[in-house]
Amino acid sequence: MRGRAIKYERDNIDTDVIIPGAYLKVHDYDELGRHAMEGLDPRFRERAAAGGSIIVAGRNFGCGSSREHAPIALSRSGIRAVAALSFARIFYRNCVDGAFLLPVEIGGEAYAAISDGDELEIDTGAGTIAAAGKSYPTRPFSDIISRIIAAGGLFKAGLDG
Amino acid sequence: MNVTERILARASGRKRVEPGDVVVAGVDKAMVHDVSGPGVIKVFERLREQGIDTGRLWDPSRVWIAEDHFVPSAEKASAENIVKLQDFAEKYGVGRHFKYGMGQYGICHTLSHEEAMVMPGEVYVGGDSHTNTTGALGAFACGLGHTDVAYVLLHGRIWFKVPPTALFVLRGAPPAHVMAKDLILRILGDIGTDGAAYGAMQFAGDGVYGMPVEERLTLTNMTTEAGAKNGIIEPDRRVFDYIGERAGAGAARAAEAGAAYGDGDASYESTREYDAAELEPMVASPFSPDNVGPARDSSSVELDKAYIGSCTGAKMHDLEAAARVLKGRTVKVRTEVLPAAMSIYRRAVESGLVGIFAAAGAVVGPPTCGACCGAHMGVLAKGEVCVSTTNRNFPGRMGHPESRTYLASPQVAAASAVTGRITDPRDLD
Repeated sequence: MRGRAIKYERDNIDTDVIIPGAYLKVHDYDELGRHAMEGLDPRFRERAAAGGSIIVAGRNFGCGSSREHAPIALSRSGIRAVAALSFARIFYRNCVDGAFLLPVEIGGEAYAAISDGDELEIDTGAGTIAAAGKSYPTRPFSDIISRIIAAGGLFKAGLDG
Repeated sequence: MNVTERILARASGRKRVEPGDVVVAGVDKAMVHDVSGPGVIKVFERLREQGIDTGRLWDPSRVWIAEDHFVPSAEKASAENIVKLQDFAEKYGVGRHFKYGMGQYGICHTLSHEEAMVMPGEVYVGGDSHTNTTGALGAFACGLGHTDVAYVLLHGRIWFKVPPTALFVLRGAPPAHVMAKDLILRILGDIGTDGAAYGAMQFAGDGVYGMPVEERLTLTNMTTEAGAKNGIIEPDRRVFDYIGERAGAGAARAAEAGAAYGDGDASYESTREYDAAELEPMVASPFSPDNVGPARDSSSVELDKAYIGSCTGAKMHDLEAAARVLKGRTVKVRTEVLPAAMSIYRRAVESGLVGIFAAAGAVVGPPTCGACCGAHMGVLAKGEVCVSTTNRNFPGRMGHPESRTYLASPQVAAASAVTGRITDPRDLD
């Protein structure tokens, strides 16, 4: 997967800023996409429209409320992956089980090296993220996560295998 | 095995599990509310478009529905979500639907204990991150998103990675004016908002077992703020009696029979001990629940509002604590008290608490998640400062992104309402 980085150099980007509570009553996916990151970055939509499709952030991305609205809003605004130092558990599950976007755990070296606007390439097979001609390892997915990603979400993967 | 491992082993038909094992666990109870319910309905619609059958739930008698985030409806979208929930309950035969304005209703996590919806030893999942709360009854209680809850509703099972458990032991009884909220804020300050990420947080020690059940629920409620998968307390006689008072002697016996405990070789990833005598009233300053310090250190913070509400801080015990502070005093800032369930509201009326709040000048509102999640009913304007008995203070959580929320116990919130500044209740005596 290739895409341009939208970088937020901060930890604990929570689901309240990814999609504020007032939109919890909204269940139209495209409408949610129009309000993604509204609590944090008024320029987000512009940056996503200009081709930004991979968010890069610090620790504990997606913490807080369990709202699946968060990965839905990001995916409908054009985001295909989030590369973060770590993820909060429900957000991570929602990304994978709902097949909305790819959550990739990166290390401190990649986090420091990637700049806003960089062209990135994520290779889930090789377990790498590449930026500015250099490749960095990403944390391997666990077996169940790999299986669900490969199938395209929890319902397609099932739990019998 | 410890208690979390034992419950997950039992639910997945295994003799033994260890942290890191992936299990497919049978679910005993599942909950949706007026945000996650319509979310699940949307997932069902998308599944039908893919030709997947959503014609019946795995067991409607194990599913229950709360109306809490957007009641009373402020506008059309919320009102329509409530209608969707009612249609869903009817279509799928979900009998336990707690409807706004029709007797008992309230915040889902409060109903889980007020109505004894969940029993010790059970696996309980809810479409809300604070589902962890119910672990204080000795259940494995875990929040999930819409897709996962949809899977549970159709199949009655879900995958979990068995979490490592961090044990928190409280020695001794907390001093006067110190509440469970002060302990969990202290713990959050110590371990941070990802300090228990993907893990279980278990509470024990004579200090914890000396607490009423409603205080224990405050501890497990905010394990979510440390990133935990679940919070849990092994159940004791107080829990069985609490269930018995709400659901009858048969339920109390069933609770005792189904209870799970760790065994002699139970192991924990870490253990932290706290001396209750050293605890004091705390606040979490903006903009994170782990930005914690003694309330006295924030006594120069001037307030616009005090909010006593939510699954964290508007149980009967919380309202009693706030009323003890507010009795005979007058609030200096806008103050709202929202009991977390109708059963609590009724008891607050019958025991005179509502009269105390009203005499102090506070508004007593209907049970709702309301302003806790910035949804409606008393959200904050730009630049406003609030002391709140709720569980989160991220930017914009209770309203405008530039409003500021200080998380505190009901006693600190009430004392602060009286002075108009963040106030340690000991300084009012």
